[in-house]
Amino acid sequence: MENEELKTTITALLPSATFEEDGEWLNINIESKDWLPFAQQLRKGDSLFFDYLFCLTCIDWKTHLTMVYHLSSTKYRHNIVVKSKLDSSNPEIETVSNIWRTADFHEREVYEMFGVNFLNHPDLRLLILPDGWEGKKPMLKDFEDPINMIKL
Amino acid sequence: MVEEIGTTEEGDLIINVGPQHPATHGVLHLVITLNGETIKKVEPHLGYIHRSIEKMCESLTYRQFIYVTSRMDYLSAHINNHACALCVEKGLQVEIPPRAQVIRVLMDELTRIASHELWWGAMAMDLGAFTPFFHAFRERETINDIMEETCGARLTMNYMVPGGVMADLHPNFQKKVKEFITLYKLKIKEYDELVTGNIIFQNRMKGVGYLSAEDAISYGCTGPTARGSGVSCDIRKLYPYEVYDKLEFDEVLETEGDSFARYMVRLGEMNQSIKIIEQLIDNIPEGDFQAKTKVVLKLPKGEFYSRVETARGELGVYIVSEGGSTPYRIKFRSPGFSNLSALDHMARGHLLGDLVAMMGTLDLVIPDIDR
Repeated sequence: MENEELKTTITALLPSATFEEDGEWLNINIESKDWLPFAQQLRKGDSLFFDYLFCLTCIDWKTHLTMVYHLSSTKYRHNIVVKSKLDSSNPEIETVSNIWRTADFHEREVYEMFGVNFLNHPDLRLLILPDGWEGKKPMLKDFEDPINMIKL
Repeated sequence: MVEEIGTTEEGDLIINVGPQHPATHGVLHLVITLNGETIKKVEPHLGYIHRSIEKMCESLTYRQFIYVTSRMDYLSAHINNHACALCVEKGLQVEIPPRAQVIRVLMDELTRIASHELWWGAMAMDLGAFTPFFHAFRERETINDIMEETCGARLTMNYMVPGGVMADLHPNFQKKVKEFITLYKLKIKEYDELVTGNIIFQNRMKGVGYLSAEDAISYGCTGPTARGSGVSCDIRKLYPYEVYDKLEFDEVLETEGDSFARYMVRLGEMNQSIKIIEQLIDNIPEGDFQAKTKVVLKLPKGEFYSRVETARGELGVYIVSEGGSTPYRIKFRSPGFSNLSALDHMARGHLLGDLVAMMGTLDLVIPDIDR
Protein backbone atom coordinates (compact mmCIF):
# COMPACT_ATOMS: atom_id res chain seq x y z
CA MET A 1 0.00 0.00 0.00
CA GLU A 2 1.11 3.53 -0.64
CA ASN A 3 1.37 6.06 2.18
CA GLU A 4 -1.97 7.73 1.39
CA GLU A 5 -3.81 4.43 1.51
CA LEU A 6 -2.03 3.44 4.71
CA LYS A 7 -3.03 6.75 6.26
CA THR A 8 -6.70 6.24 5.47
CA THR A 9 -6.70 2.68 6.76
CA ILE A 10 -4.86 3.62 9.93
CA THR A 11 -7.01 6.69 10.64
CA ALA A 12 -10.04 4.42 10.45
CA LEU A 13 -8.45 2.12 13.02
CA LEU A 14 -7.16 4.80 15.35
CA PRO A 15 -8.52 8.31 14.80
CA SER A 16 -6.16 9.86 17.35
CA ALA A 17 -3.03 8.84 15.37
CA THR A 18 -1.01 11.63 13.79
CA PHE A 19 1.30 11.30 10.81
CA GLU A 20 4.68 12.59 9.70
CA GLU A 21 5.93 12.03 6.20
CA ASP A 22 9.30 13.74 6.04
CA GLY A 23 11.26 10.52 6.57
CA GLU A 24 11.77 7.53 4.33
CA TRP A 25 8.65 5.82 5.64
CA LEU A 26 5.31 6.91 7.04
CA ASN A 27 5.67 7.81 10.72
CA ILE A 28 2.70 7.30 12.99
CA ASN A 29 2.55 8.93 16.41
CA ILE A 30 0.28 7.28 18.90
CA GLU A 31 -0.54 7.44 22.60
CA SER A 32 1.14 4.68 24.57
CA LYS A 33 -2.20 3.48 25.99
CA ASP A 34 -3.46 2.74 22.45
CA TRP A 35 -0.44 0.69 21.50
CA LEU A 36 -1.46 -2.90 22.27
CA PRO A 37 -4.87 -2.96 20.50
CA PHE A 38 -3.39 -0.94 17.64
CA ALA A 39 -0.45 -3.35 17.30
CA GLN A 40 -2.84 -6.29 17.17
CA GLN A 41 -4.77 -4.64 14.37
CA LEU A 42 -1.58 -3.86 12.45
CA ARG A 43 -0.57 -7.50 12.65
CA LYS A 44 -3.95 -9.06 11.99
CA GLY A 45 -5.53 -6.62 9.51
CA ASP A 46 -5.80 -8.29 6.12
CA SER A 47 -4.79 -5.25 4.12
CA LEU A 48 -2.06 -4.20 6.57
CA PHE A 49 -0.48 -7.51 7.65
CA PHE A 50 2.61 -6.08 9.38
CA ASP A 51 4.14 -9.39 10.36
CA TYR A 52 7.79 -8.37 10.61
CA LEU A 53 9.05 -6.07 13.36
CA PHE A 54 12.52 -5.30 12.08
CA CYS A 55 13.64 -2.73 14.61
CA LEU A 56 12.50 -1.83 18.09
CA THR A 57 14.29 0.86 20.00
CA CYS A 58 13.98 3.84 22.29
CA ILE A 59 15.28 7.40 22.16
CA ASP A 60 15.97 9.52 25.22
CA TRP A 61 14.88 13.10 24.46
CA LYS A 62 15.75 14.26 28.02
CA THR A 63 12.20 15.58 28.55
CA HIS A 64 10.62 12.29 27.54
CA LEU A 65 11.41 8.93 25.99
CA THR A 66 10.15 7.81 22.60
CA MET A 67 9.59 4.19 21.67
CA VAL A 68 10.20 3.52 17.96
CA TYR A 69 8.86 0.44 16.19
CA HIS A 70 9.82 -0.25 12.57
CA LEU A 71 7.32 -2.56 10.97
CA SER A 72 7.24 -4.26 7.63
CA SER A 73 4.93 -6.60 5.82
CA THR A 74 6.49 -9.61 4.13
CA LYS A 75 3.32 -9.99 2.06
CA TYR A 76 2.81 -6.45 0.76
CA ARG A 77 6.32 -5.08 1.35
CA HIS A 78 5.14 -1.82 2.89
CA ASN A 79 6.87 -0.29 5.89
CA ILE A 80 5.77 2.02 8.67
CA VAL A 81 7.33 3.51 11.77
CA VAL A 82 5.22 3.74 14.91
CA LYS A 83 6.29 6.11 17.65
CA SER A 84 4.97 6.59 21.11
CA LYS A 85 6.02 9.15 23.69
CA LEU A 86 6.65 7.90 27.20
CA ASP A 87 6.85 9.84 30.42
CA SER A 88 10.50 9.78 31.54
CA SER A 89 9.65 9.62 35.26
CA ASN A 90 7.63 6.46 34.87
CA PRO A 91 8.11 5.02 31.37
CA GLU A 92 5.81 2.11 30.70
CA ILE A 93 4.12 0.60 27.68
CA GLU A 94 2.41 -2.68 26.87
CA THR A 95 4.63 -5.44 25.55
CA VAL A 96 4.13 -6.71 22.01
CA SER A 97 6.24 -9.84 22.49
CA ASN A 98 3.17 -12.05 22.09
CA ILE A 99 2.46 -10.46 18.68
CA TRP A 100 6.00 -10.30 17.30
CA ARG A 101 8.23 -12.68 19.26
CA THR A 102 11.38 -10.82 18.28
CA ALA A 103 10.13 -8.06 20.60
CA ASP A 104 10.95 -10.27 23.58
CA PHE A 105 14.71 -9.74 23.34
CA HIS A 106 14.51 -6.21 21.99
CA GLU A 107 12.21 -5.11 24.80
CA ARG A 108 14.50 -6.65 27.38
CA GLU A 109 17.35 -4.65 25.89
CA VAL A 110 15.34 -1.42 26.03
CA TYR A 111 14.23 -2.28 29.58
CA GLU A 112 17.76 -2.51 30.89
CA MET A 113 19.27 0.26 28.79
CA PHE A 114 16.47 2.85 29.13
CA GLY A 115 14.43 1.61 32.09
CA VAL A 116 11.20 1.28 30.14
CA ASN A 117 8.80 -1.03 31.93
CA PHE A 118 7.04 -3.34 29.48
CA LEU A 119 3.72 -4.30 31.01
CA ASN A 120 2.81 -8.00 30.86
CA HIS A 121 6.18 -8.97 29.39
CA PRO A 122 6.63 -12.71 30.07
CA ASP A 123 10.23 -12.52 31.22
CA LEU A 124 11.43 -8.97 31.87
CA ARG A 125 14.95 -9.55 33.21
CA LEU A 126 18.38 -8.17 32.49
CA LEU A 127 19.75 -9.58 29.24
CA ILE A 128 23.01 -7.80 28.57
CA LEU A 129 23.87 -6.05 31.84
CA PRO A 130 25.36 -8.17 34.62
CA ASP A 131 23.00 -9.54 37.28
CA GLY A 132 22.45 -7.14 40.14
CA TRP A 133 23.02 -4.01 38.07
CA GLU A 134 21.83 -0.97 39.97
CA GLY A 135 21.71 2.71 39.30
CA LYS A 136 21.08 4.76 36.19
CA LYS A 137 20.22 3.07 32.94
CA PRO A 138 23.30 3.14 30.67
CA MET A 139 21.77 4.47 27.47
CA LEU A 140 20.06 7.45 29.11
CA LYS A 141 21.62 10.79 28.24
CA ASP A 142 22.43 11.71 31.84
CA PHE A 143 24.22 8.45 32.59
CA GLU A 144 27.74 8.82 33.92
CA ASP A 145 29.92 5.79 34.36
CA PRO A 146 31.67 6.10 37.73
CA ILE A 147 34.66 4.00 36.67
CA ASN A 148 35.04 5.21 33.10
CA MET A 149 38.40 6.91 32.93
CA ILE A 150 38.06 8.16 29.38
CA LYS A 151 35.43 10.84 29.38
CA LEU A 152 33.34 10.65 26.25
CA MET B 1 33.24 -25.25 30.27
CA VAL B 2 30.06 -27.18 30.92
CA GLU B 3 29.32 -27.26 34.59
CA GLU B 4 26.32 -28.35 36.54
CA ILE B 5 24.65 -25.60 38.52
CA GLY B 6 21.74 -27.43 40.05
CA THR B 7 18.42 -29.11 39.56
CA THR B 8 14.88 -27.76 39.46
CA GLU B 9 12.04 -28.99 41.61
CA GLU B 10 10.89 -31.37 38.87
CA GLY B 11 14.33 -32.92 38.86
CA ASP B 12 15.51 -31.25 35.69
CA LEU B 13 19.17 -30.52 35.38
CA ILE B 14 20.35 -26.97 34.79
CA ILE B 15 23.72 -26.57 33.13
CA ASN B 16 25.85 -23.74 31.83
CA VAL B 17 27.29 -23.79 28.35
CA GLY B 18 29.78 -21.00 28.06
CA PRO B 19 30.82 -18.24 28.32
CA GLN B 20 34.07 -20.11 27.62
CA HIS B 21 32.97 -22.96 25.41
CA PRO B 22 34.48 -23.93 22.07
CA ALA B 23 31.12 -24.44 20.38
CA THR B 24 29.78 -20.98 21.14
CA HIS B 25 32.52 -19.28 19.07
CA GLY B 26 32.93 -16.46 21.50
CA VAL B 27 31.64 -15.52 24.88
CA LEU B 28 28.05 -16.65 24.64
CA HIS B 29 26.55 -18.00 27.84
CA LEU B 30 23.61 -20.36 27.63
CA VAL B 31 21.78 -21.68 30.66
CA ILE B 32 20.10 -24.91 29.60
CA THR B 33 17.39 -26.82 31.41
CA LEU B 34 17.69 -30.52 30.64
CA ASN B 35 15.45 -33.46 31.22
CA GLY B 36 17.84 -36.35 30.81
CA GLU B 37 19.46 -35.35 27.55
CA THR B 38 16.44 -33.51 26.17
CA ILE B 39 16.50 -29.75 26.13
CA LYS B 40 13.54 -28.11 27.87
CA LYS B 41 14.71 -24.52 27.74
CA VAL B 42 17.66 -22.47 26.50
CA GLU B 43 18.26 -19.07 28.05
CA PRO B 44 20.99 -16.93 26.54
CA HIS B 45 22.82 -14.59 28.90
CA LEU B 46 24.52 -11.89 26.91
CA GLY B 47 26.83 -8.99 27.53
CA TYR B 48 30.24 -10.60 28.05
CA ILE B 49 31.63 -8.61 25.14
CA HIS B 50 29.22 -5.67 25.23
CA ARG B 51 31.12 -2.48 24.44
CA SER B 52 28.11 -0.24 24.17
CA ILE B 53 28.96 0.75 20.63
CA GLU B 54 25.67 2.65 20.32
CA LYS B 55 26.59 4.87 23.27
CA MET B 56 30.15 5.36 22.00
CA CYS B 57 28.85 6.44 18.61
CA GLU B 58 26.86 9.25 20.20
CA SER B 59 30.11 11.06 20.92
CA LEU B 60 31.86 10.24 17.64
CA THR B 61 31.51 12.22 14.44
CA TYR B 62 30.01 10.78 11.28
CA ARG B 63 33.50 10.12 9.95
CA GLN B 64 34.73 8.49 13.13
CA PHE B 65 31.88 6.19 14.10
CA ILE B 66 32.33 3.91 11.11
CA TYR B 67 35.60 2.58 12.51
CA VAL B 68 33.86 1.27 15.62
CA THR B 69 31.34 -0.65 13.57
CA SER B 70 33.96 -2.94 12.02
CA ARG B 71 34.17 -4.43 15.48
CA MET B 72 30.53 -5.48 15.57
CA ASP B 73 30.29 -8.32 13.12
CA TYR B 74 34.00 -8.67 12.51
CA LEU B 75 33.47 -11.26 9.80
CA SER B 76 31.38 -8.82 7.77
CA ALA B 77 33.41 -5.71 8.56
CA HIS B 78 33.04 -4.30 5.05
CA ILE B 79 29.29 -4.73 5.10
CA ASN B 80 28.94 -3.06 8.50
CA ASN B 81 30.92 -0.09 7.23
CA HIS B 82 28.80 -0.11 4.12
CA ALA B 83 25.55 0.13 6.10
CA CYS B 84 26.85 3.10 8.08
CA ALA B 85 28.21 4.86 5.02
CA LEU B 86 24.88 4.36 3.24
CA CYS B 87 22.98 5.82 6.16
CA VAL B 88 25.19 8.91 6.34
CA GLU B 89 24.96 9.34 2.57
CA LYS B 90 21.19 9.15 2.81
CA GLY B 91 21.28 12.03 5.26
CA LEU B 92 23.75 14.06 3.23
CA GLN B 93 22.01 13.17 -0.04
CA VAL B 94 25.31 12.40 -1.70
CA GLU B 95 25.49 10.33 -4.87
CA ILE B 96 28.58 8.18 -4.86
CA PRO B 97 30.59 7.63 -8.05
CA PRO B 98 29.89 4.46 -10.08
CA ARG B 99 33.41 3.20 -9.48
CA ALA B 100 32.94 3.34 -5.73
CA GLN B 101 29.60 1.56 -6.01
CA VAL B 102 31.13 -1.34 -7.88
CA ILE B 103 34.12 -1.53 -5.54
CA ARG B 104 31.77 -1.66 -2.58
CA VAL B 105 29.71 -4.49 -4.04
CA LEU B 106 32.86 -6.44 -4.93
CA MET B 107 34.17 -6.06 -1.41
CA ASP B 108 30.83 -7.00 0.12
CA GLU B 109 30.63 -10.19 -1.88
CA LEU B 110 34.24 -11.16 -1.16
CA THR B 111 33.47 -10.61 2.51
CA ARG B 112 30.37 -12.77 2.26
CA ILE B 113 32.41 -15.62 0.78
CA ALA B 114 35.13 -15.24 3.43
CA SER B 115 32.53 -15.22 6.18
CA HIS B 116 30.71 -18.26 4.86
CA GLU B 117 34.03 -20.08 4.43
CA LEU B 118 34.86 -19.53 8.07
CA TRP B 119 31.38 -20.57 9.09
CA TRP B 120 31.61 -23.73 7.02
CA GLY B 121 34.93 -24.77 8.52
CA ALA B 122 33.98 -23.90 12.07
CA MET B 123 30.61 -25.61 11.87
CA ALA B 124 32.08 -28.82 10.52
CA MET B 125 34.62 -28.69 13.33
CA ASP B 126 31.81 -28.32 15.89
CA LEU B 127 30.31 -31.51 14.53
CA GLY B 128 33.59 -33.35 14.89
CA ALA B 129 35.18 -32.98 11.46
CA PHE B 130 38.47 -31.19 11.87
CA THR B 131 39.83 -31.30 8.30
CA PRO B 132 37.26 -28.97 6.67
CA PHE B 133 38.51 -26.14 8.85
CA PHE B 134 41.86 -26.18 7.06
CA HIS B 135 40.23 -26.42 3.65
CA ALA B 136 38.05 -23.41 4.41
CA PHE B 137 40.91 -21.36 5.75
CA ARG B 138 43.04 -22.10 2.71
CA GLU B 139 40.54 -20.24 0.49
CA ARG B 140 39.66 -17.62 3.05
CA GLU B 141 43.32 -16.71 3.38
CA THR B 142 43.40 -15.77 -0.31
CA ILE B 143 40.54 -13.31 0.24
CA ASN B 144 42.26 -11.87 3.29
CA ASP B 145 45.38 -11.30 1.20
CA ILE B 146 43.34 -9.48 -1.45
CA MET B 147 41.77 -7.31 1.24
CA GLU B 148 45.11 -6.61 2.85
CA GLU B 149 46.56 -5.25 -0.38
CA THR B 150 43.74 -2.83 -1.00
CA CYS B 151 42.49 -1.97 2.48
CA GLY B 152 45.61 -2.46 4.55
CA ALA B 153 43.82 -4.71 6.99
CA ARG B 154 42.73 -8.30 7.15
CA LEU B 155 39.79 -8.19 9.52
CA THR B 156 38.67 -4.71 10.53
CA MET B 157 38.84 -3.04 7.15
CA ASN B 158 37.36 0.43 7.72
CA TYR B 159 37.51 0.82 3.98
CA MET B 160 34.11 2.27 3.18
CA VAL B 161 33.65 5.88 4.14
CA PRO B 162 30.80 8.34 3.55
CA GLY B 163 31.08 9.32 -0.10
CA GLY B 164 32.79 6.23 -1.43
CA VAL B 165 35.78 4.16 -0.44
CA MET B 166 38.92 5.13 1.41
CA ALA B 167 41.45 4.44 -1.37
CA ASP B 168 41.55 3.16 -4.88
CA LEU B 169 41.95 -0.52 -5.65
CA HIS B 170 45.41 -2.01 -5.62
CA PRO B 171 46.72 -2.61 -9.17
CA ASN B 172 46.85 -6.34 -8.46
CA PHE B 173 43.24 -6.50 -7.35
CA GLN B 174 41.63 -7.73 -10.56
CA LYS B 175 44.32 -10.29 -11.21
CA LYS B 176 44.20 -11.64 -7.66
CA VAL B 177 40.40 -11.85 -7.61
CA LYS B 178 40.38 -13.77 -10.89
CA GLU B 179 42.95 -16.15 -9.47
CA PHE B 180 40.72 -16.58 -6.45
CA ILE B 181 37.69 -17.38 -8.61
CA THR B 182 39.66 -20.09 -10.41
CA LEU B 183 40.85 -21.50 -7.10
CA TYR B 184 37.37 -21.38 -5.62
CA LYS B 185 35.78 -23.22 -8.51
CA LEU B 186 38.42 -25.89 -8.28
CA LYS B 187 38.05 -26.36 -4.54
CA ILE B 188 34.32 -25.95 -3.95
CA LYS B 189 33.74 -29.51 -5.15
CA GLU B 190 35.84 -30.71 -2.24
CA TYR B 191 33.41 -29.06 0.13
CA ASP B 192 30.59 -31.27 -1.03
CA GLU B 193 32.80 -34.35 -1.06
CA LEU B 194 34.13 -33.68 2.42
CA VAL B 195 31.02 -32.62 4.27
CA THR B 196 27.74 -32.21 2.38
CA GLY B 197 27.41 -35.76 1.15
CA ASN B 198 28.67 -37.32 4.37
CA ILE B 199 25.94 -39.51 5.81
CA ILE B 200 26.91 -38.89 9.44
CA PHE B 201 26.81 -35.16 8.82
CA GLN B 202 23.42 -35.36 7.11
CA ASN B 203 21.95 -37.42 9.93
CA ARG B 204 23.06 -34.83 12.44
CA MET B 205 21.66 -31.94 10.42
CA LYS B 206 18.42 -33.11 8.82
CA GLY B 207 15.34 -32.49 10.89
CA VAL B 208 17.37 -30.76 13.59
CA GLY B 209 16.36 -27.28 14.72
CA TYR B 210 13.23 -26.89 12.68
CA LEU B 211 12.01 -23.33 12.22
CA SER B 212 8.80 -22.66 10.31
CA ALA B 213 8.53 -19.72 7.94
CA GLU B 214 5.99 -18.01 10.19
CA ASP B 215 8.19 -18.39 13.27
CA ALA B 216 11.21 -17.15 11.37
CA ILE B 217 9.40 -13.91 10.53
CA SER B 218 7.94 -13.57 14.01
CA TYR B 219 11.37 -13.98 15.62
CA GLY B 220 12.81 -11.44 13.21
CA CYS B 221 15.21 -13.97 11.70
CA THR B 222 16.91 -12.83 8.54
CA GLY B 223 19.64 -13.94 6.21
CA PRO B 224 20.34 -17.62 5.58
CA THR B 225 18.54 -18.52 8.82
CA ALA B 226 15.20 -17.29 7.45
CA ARG B 227 15.91 -18.29 3.87
CA GLY B 228 16.42 -21.87 5.04
CA SER B 229 12.75 -21.72 6.07
CA GLY B 230 11.69 -20.36 2.70
CA VAL B 231 11.28 -16.71 3.74
CA SER B 232 12.33 -14.37 0.99
CA CYS B 233 14.24 -11.67 2.86
CA ASP B 234 17.34 -10.79 0.87
CA ILE B 235 17.74 -7.01 1.19
CA ARG B 236 19.87 -7.03 -1.96
CA LYS B 237 16.78 -8.15 -3.87
CA LEU B 238 13.99 -6.46 -1.91
CA TYR B 239 15.51 -3.03 -1.32
CA PRO B 240 18.48 -2.94 -3.71
CA TYR B 241 21.33 -0.60 -2.94
CA GLU B 242 24.39 0.33 -5.02
CA VAL B 243 24.39 -1.75 -8.22
CA TYR B 244 22.60 -4.85 -6.95
CA ASP B 245 19.51 -4.14 -9.04
CA LYS B 246 21.58 -4.36 -12.23
CA LEU B 247 23.16 -7.69 -11.36
CA GLU B 248 22.00 -11.18 -12.11
CA PHE B 249 21.93 -13.44 -9.11
CA ASP B 250 19.42 -15.65 -7.36
CA GLU B 251 18.13 -15.50 -3.85
CA VAL B 252 18.89 -18.96 -2.50
CA LEU B 253 15.84 -20.42 -0.80
CA GLU B 254 15.28 -23.77 0.87
CA THR B 255 11.97 -24.80 2.34
CA GLU B 256 12.80 -27.54 4.84
CA GLY B 257 13.58 -25.12 7.67
CA ASP B 258 16.05 -27.43 9.38
CA SER B 259 19.79 -27.10 9.98
CA PHE B 260 20.61 -28.82 6.71
CA ALA B 261 18.49 -26.32 4.77
CA ARG B 262 20.36 -23.41 6.37
CA TYR B 263 23.61 -25.14 5.50
CA MET B 264 22.60 -25.52 1.87
CA VAL B 265 21.52 -21.88 1.66
CA ARG B 266 24.94 -20.69 2.73
CA LEU B 267 26.75 -22.94 0.28
CA GLY B 268 24.44 -21.69 -2.47
CA GLU B 269 25.09 -18.09 -1.48
CA MET B 270 28.82 -18.51 -1.93
CA ASN B 271 28.21 -19.58 -5.53
CA GLN B 272 25.91 -16.59 -6.08
CA SER B 273 28.55 -14.26 -4.69
CA ILE B 274 31.08 -15.68 -7.13
CA LYS B 275 28.54 -15.05 -9.89
CA ILE B 276 28.24 -11.41 -8.83
CA ILE B 277 32.00 -10.95 -8.66
CA GLU B 278 32.42 -12.46 -12.13
CA GLN B 279 29.93 -9.97 -13.54
CA LEU B 280 31.72 -7.01 -12.03
CA ILE B 281 35.41 -7.80 -12.00
CA ASP B 282 35.97 -6.89 -15.66
CA ASN B 283 33.50 -4.01 -15.57
CA ILE B 284 34.84 -1.70 -12.90
CA PRO B 285 34.09 1.78 -14.24
CA GLU B 286 36.87 4.33 -14.40
CA GLY B 287 36.60 7.51 -12.41
CA ASP B 288 36.70 8.75 -8.85
CA PHE B 289 36.50 6.37 -5.96
CA GLN B 290 35.10 9.01 -3.64
CA ALA B 291 32.54 11.77 -3.99
CA LYS B 292 33.52 15.23 -2.81
CA THR B 293 32.24 15.71 0.72
CA LYS B 294 32.89 18.33 3.35
CA VAL B 295 35.57 17.75 5.95
CA VAL B 296 33.08 17.99 8.78
CA LEU B 297 29.93 16.11 7.99
CA LYS B 298 26.69 17.43 9.41
CA LEU B 299 23.47 15.56 8.91
CA PRO B 300 20.25 17.55 8.76
CA LYS B 301 17.76 17.16 11.59
CA GLY B 302 15.80 13.99 11.05
CA GLU B 303 15.94 10.23 11.06
CA PHE B 304 17.73 7.97 8.62
CA TYR B 305 17.60 4.24 8.28
CA SER B 306 19.65 2.03 6.02
CA ARG B 307 19.39 -1.71 5.53
CA VAL B 308 21.97 -4.01 4.04
CA GLU B 309 22.40 -7.75 3.76
CA THR B 310 25.39 -8.97 5.75
CA ALA B 311 26.58 -12.55 5.72
CA ARG B 312 24.28 -13.20 8.67
CA GLY B 313 21.17 -11.29 7.66
CA GLU B 314 19.68 -7.85 7.73
CA LEU B 315 21.72 -5.14 9.37
CA GLY B 316 19.85 -1.92 10.04
CA VAL B 317 21.45 1.37 10.98
CA TYR B 318 19.09 3.91 12.47
CA ILE B 319 20.49 7.40 12.95
CA VAL B 320 18.59 10.12 14.76
CA SER B 321 20.20 13.45 14.00
CA GLU B 322 19.69 16.77 15.72
CA GLY B 323 21.65 18.58 13.03
CA GLY B 324 25.10 18.33 14.63
CA SER B 325 28.26 16.56 13.59
CA THR B 326 27.56 13.61 15.89
CA PRO B 327 24.47 11.40 15.95
CA TYR B 328 21.98 12.07 18.72
CA ARG B 329 21.05 8.40 18.89
CA ILE B 330 22.18 5.50 16.83
CA LYS B 331 20.75 2.00 16.81
CA PHE B 332 22.25 -1.02 15.14
CA ARG B 333 19.68 -3.66 14.42
CA SER B 334 22.03 -6.59 14.27
CA PRO B 335 21.00 -9.81 12.55
CA GLY B 336 22.59 -12.09 15.14
CA PHE B 337 20.58 -10.69 18.04
CA SER B 338 17.26 -11.59 16.44
CA ASN B 339 18.52 -14.90 15.06
CA LEU B 340 19.69 -15.92 18.52
CA SER B 341 16.28 -15.23 20.02
CA ALA B 342 14.88 -18.10 17.95
CA LEU B 343 17.36 -20.59 19.42
CA ASP B 344 15.20 -21.43 22.44
CA HIS B 345 12.22 -22.16 20.22
CA MET B 346 14.31 -24.30 17.86
CA ALA B 347 16.14 -26.27 20.52
CA ARG B 348 13.24 -27.38 22.71
CA GLY B 349 12.71 -31.12 22.56
CA HIS B 350 16.05 -31.80 20.88
CA LEU B 351 19.07 -33.52 22.40
CA LEU B 352 21.88 -31.53 23.94
CA GLY B 353 24.30 -32.77 21.30
CA ASP B 354 22.12 -31.28 18.56
CA LEU B 355 22.38 -27.82 20.08
CA VAL B 356 25.84 -27.50 18.57
CA ALA B 357 24.45 -28.16 15.10
CA MET B 358 21.75 -25.54 15.62
CA MET B 359 24.14 -22.90 16.92
CA GLY B 360 26.46 -23.71 14.05
CA THR B 361 23.82 -23.10 11.41
CA LEU B 362 22.64 -19.88 13.06
CA ASP B 363 26.17 -18.60 12.38
CA LEU B 364 26.39 -16.57 15.57
CA VAL B 365 29.04 -13.90 15.90
CA ILE B 366 28.94 -12.76 19.50
CA PRO B 367 30.28 -9.20 19.12
CA ASP B 368 27.48 -8.68 16.60
CA ILE B 369 24.90 -9.83 19.14
CA ASP B 370 26.29 -7.87 22.07
CA ARG B 371 27.44 -4.76 20.17
